[in-house]
Amino acid sequence: MSGDLRKDGVQSPGGGWGATHAGDQQHDLQPTHFQFDAESNAEIEKILARYPAGKQASGTIPLLYVAQRQMKRQTGSAWVPRVAMDAIAARLGIPPIRVYEVATFYFMFNTRPIGRFHLQVCGTTPCMLRGSDDVLRACKDAGHLKGYGDTSPDGLFTLTEVECLGACVNAPVLQVDDDYYEDLDYDRTVALIEALKRGERPNPGSTIGRQTSAPEGGPLTLTEIPVVHARSGAGE
Amino acid sequence: MALSDKDRIFTNLYGLQDWRLPAAQRRGNWDGTKAILEKGRDWIIEEVKASGLRGRGGAGFPTGMKWSFMPKQPSERPHYLVVNADESEPGTCKDRDIIRHDPHTLIEGCLIAGFAMGAHAGYIYIRGEYYNESVVLEAAIQEAYDAGLLGRNACGSGWDFDLYVHRGAGAYICGEETALIESLEGKKGMPRLKPPFPAAVGLYGAPTTVNNVETIAVVPTILRRGGAWFAGFGRPKNSGTKIFCIQGHVNKPCNVEEEMSIPMRELIERHAGGVRGGWDNLLCVIPGGSSTPLLPKEICDTVLMDFDALREHKSGLGTAGVIVMDKSTDIVRAIARLSKFYKHESCGQCTPCREGMGWVSRMMERMVEGRAEVEEIDLLEEVTRRIEGHTICALADGGVWPVQGLIRHFRPVMEERIADYKRRHAKPAALPLAAE
Repeated sequence: MSGDLRKDGVQSPGGGWGATHAGDQQHDLQPTHFQFDAESNAEIEKILARYPAGKQASGTIPLLYVAQRQMKRQTGSAWVPRVAMDAIAARLGIPPIRVYEVATFYFMFNTRPIGRFHLQVCGTTPCMLRGSDDVLRACKDAGHLKGYGDTSPDGLFTLTEVECLGACVNAPVLQVDDDYYEDLDYDRTVALIEALKRGERPNPGSTIGRQTSAPEGGPLTLTEIPVVHARSGAGE
Repeated sequence: MALSDKDRIFTNLYGLQDWRLPAAQRRGNWDGTKAILEKGRDWIIEEVKASGLRGRGGAGFPTGMKWSFMPKQPSERPHYLVVNADESEPGTCKDRDIIRHDPHTLIEGCLIAGFAMGAHAGYIYIRGEYYNESVVLEAAIQEAYDAGLLGRNACGSGWDFDLYVHRGAGAYICGEETALIESLEGKKGMPRLKPPFPAAVGLYGAPTTVNNVETIAVVPTILRRGGAWFAGFGRPKNSGTKIFCIQGHVNKPCNVEEEMSIPMRELIERHAGGVRGGWDNLLCVIPGGSSTPLLPKEICDTVLMDFDALREHKSGLGTAGVIVMDKSTDIVRAIARLSKFYKHESCGQCTPCREGMGWVSRMMERMVEGRAEVEEIDLLEEVTRRIEGHTICALADGGVWPVQGLIRHFRPVMEERIADYKRRHAKPAALPLAAE
């Protein structure tokens, strides 16, 4: 795992100038080969069917996701190496620079390796008002992380500050990989991280048992709508 | 009076019921869609105009009028419907609930809106972080295809309509409609100069209309119950029902669908358990997502939650993300964090925004500490005025409005902070020398 790549305290995972210009020390991290595997190729075929003929450049963001997921499958770290960007460019028939600039513009693509779990703390005002400082502190304490941009020595966690995740009535929110954990405080955040260390994956959503975005204690509206079908719970 | 459940459009807002097609149909989705399409394009647009529906994504542009900008005569260029599900305005989390709990309201709306604007294809651009929501949405779309509601001869109407989901990747700017189109085309999300507007030159250079999720999702119910029904809620020109996201220092944060023009105080007290510590403990409210300037308590006491009432107080309804702050709030820090957000999210295309958001953010960081001169408050205000209106898109405007609102209503707090800093860091008076 990469460890602490940036010494200047700038947030390191995700896109942005620093991601591509971070210096020579990460050259040895870049693999020399990348090839889409069978699972990725099946996904790519489905993705490219969505766009009109000749507009396959629209597949740039989706294919970056495909590559990032494949890296996660193959190495345990969800990131997009340079050679994967080249493979995407070749697949879409566009210049590699078009893929590089997209990969570095958008924040969700990691242009360097990250830990097995990506802890993404929302620090924007709605979460800040509800205690995101405590969530950050819990991540540092329980995950053994120095701060934003850090990866833990055991390679388990990378800590990133993200901007508003769009779950503000369930603030504060921590996104672990693709899952939102909501209504957190210090103790519940620590408990979540300890569970991840044990190899458990708690159910995403409210950590205080709220029904999604309904007020705590149960809905005050939509109480006169007959429940027509019990929720099966799958697919959420 | 409050909205009653029988007049709520999003009857599964909290996900108490199943999102899947059979349950959605029992809730009334996809009821008589074919008959609606048979009434024709002009009838649909006129009915949407009659409903008074204004865009729910922040700008509040009349939806029926926007649709009528699409070319009437078919040409060799296809038409596109693009749904903006990039919900990223801090304080906003309503579209997420529509997508994960009531996706068929949106999908049916896409077919109707697409038909009304002559589009055979639609793209739903969903923010990348909403991964689990996108999984539900794609599954719901597949259900609609399997049931013959989408695709060739959708709903037996004779109209072909395909609908696709496209995930973004973490860029607030892609909520701006032309940046969204650029992103959908596979580029960096940098807004385009307008004109030409998307209705003339949009996705792939073809006529395109971009609408917010909530805007599209309310359309089927409006057409089933009539434009006059929807127009009956709220004040004139501010009509309809609306999902509000009530958060921050309230006892029970929540999303709720309410009538437009509901008094802010009633909204907060009826649905969100009131302000923490009671109404008198209220400091201020950001009424419509981070871009809308805050309103101090004395305005919140009486203001109505609609486009025009909030505009009168130099704020706006925006996305109806109601951020409540009580008297324990460090209001300078709360706004400075928003400045940091806009600095992070500037696409870097226009100089006033690229440089200005960083400058404002750094200045605000000093204001949080009080490490500034009182005159710099005026300088800060002046710089925000020079940024505002001088960029291609509205991101920079939204970035400076919160700061302007802070200075307008909480200038004494900023001045006190500066004075306090000076007191704490005053150099001790020089000791008189013996010779003097």
